[in-house]
Amino acid sequence: MKQTIRLRVNGDAYEVAVPPWRTLNEVLREDLRLTGTKRGCGDGDCGACTVLLDGRSVTSCLMLAVEAVGHEVTTVEGLATARDALHPVQAEFIAAGAIQCGYCTPGMELSAAYLLSRNPAPTDDEIRRGLSGNLCRCTGYQKIFEAVRRAADRLKEAARPDAAAGDPATGGPAGGDPSGGGARP
Amino acid sequence: MSLCKFAYHGPDTLDEVLALLAAHGPAARVMAGGTDLVVKMSRGQVAPAVVIGLKRVPGLGDLHFDPVRGLELGCMTRVSAVLEHPAVAAHYPALAEAAQATATVQIRNMATIAGNLCNASPCADNAPTLVARGASVELRSPRGHRALPLAELFRGPGQTVLAPDELLVRITVPPPRAATGFAYLSLSQRSAVDVSAVGVAAGLTLADGRVAEARIVLGAVAPTPFVATAAADALRGRNPDDAAFRAAGAAAAEACAPIGDVRASAGYRRKMVAVLVRRALERATARALGEGTARAARQAEVTP
Repeated sequence: MKQTIRLRVNGDAYEVAVPPWRTLNEVLREDLRLTGTKRGCGDGDCGACTVLLDGRSVTSCLMLAVEAVGHEVTTVEGLATARDALHPVQAEFIAAGAIQCGYCTPGMELSAAYLLSRNPAPTDDEIRRGLSGNLCRCTGYQKIFEAVRRAADRLKEAARPDAAAGDPATGGPAGGDPSGGGARP
Repeated sequence: MSLCKFAYHGPDTLDEVLALLAAHGPAARVMAGGTDLVVKMSRGQVAPAVVIGLKRVPGLGDLHFDPVRGLELGCMTRVSAVLEHPAVAAHYPALAEAAQATATVQIRNMATIAGNLCNASPCADNAPTLVARGASVELRSPRGHRALPLAELFRGPGQTVLAPDELLVRITVPPPRAATGFAYLSLSQRSAVDVSAVGVAAGLTLADGRVAEARIVLGAVAPTPFVATAAADALRGRNPDDAAFRAAGAAAAEACAPIGDVRASAGYRRKMVAVLVRRALERATARALGEGTARAARQAEVTP
């Protein structure tokens, strides 16, 4: 029942033989060995398995790997633009002490990067709503919110026309739509 | 939690989807966003032999607004697409409220409105508003197609009138009407992420300062979206004021048939129906008044 599929993950092409009932989460972790993407509840509630699909955040535990064919997947391994240059969200998670046990961190960071790609200047309430699909069992939410606020400031700074060009650490999130106005009913 | 084994088909055309459905019948399940089906498969609640994915069929995710024809959602239109569409924000704010109340950011990016309806959960957030707005659904099969009012799609929890070879292909919402407003409010036990314990869609049309027509549809308090006809009809001819809205809330709470479960007791649900109906009618009234003004302004702009 296995079929060979081609996946694009973090800009790399993979060819992998999978049965159709394997989730994207299982294939990322077990076949591609990209274990930065976690598996938590398996029900789509906790957000630990969050990845970006064509720049949109999705829960990889609820997606069949075969349905990711033809799309660009971004995992936490692909968030940094270069080996020695973290994404601003990652850098600010470290600076703010927003990491405790770390299990929710990859999903949190991808949700934060997605939020900032849609809404570069979120209010505190919008940050909370933007991360409401990610649970932190250590309950370290305040530091996480602070990290996202700081990352937003850093990206804003970098987007100023007079900002120094060529700083790889301030690049936008991979695959995101930086022009999006965000969802505001 | 490995999923059950199944054969997967990802056809490129609607005709192929329908042919596969006809060939496999009840053994097949259609996968739109997958957020309900994958959970059910991982819990062992369903074990389809065949899964038919819709993602590769072009055009099914379209969202189209026309002032005369109204709003059309394809069966692959994602919840987040509804939430982000400017025409929805401008003309169907209650639909955006229901979309916002649905699950999480990530699930809204995957799940479809049609999937939320076809899953037929009594607490589906997107059902009450669409029923209140008089939405209809188009069902297709190799035998032909039929259209029916959305309210008639639901048979019971998890049950619809869809035949095994039928696919819901389109949801059509009538165009916005003058001096008319709708609102959706919901409550859940823990947060926005949790399934709604009560959902209320209410709408009304004003004429000469009085209620000309009203709709109240309740979610999660009956096996299917509950149309509180008597409560809404009693508003006709009344001033859109607190007394009228309280009476409507009390009547709707009396008429619905909630159960008690892990999310809320039956009594709590009933009390919250009364409160949410009143609040939703207040918000709908504000929109009916504001919408009239905005429409006049728009028409002044476009009329040569």
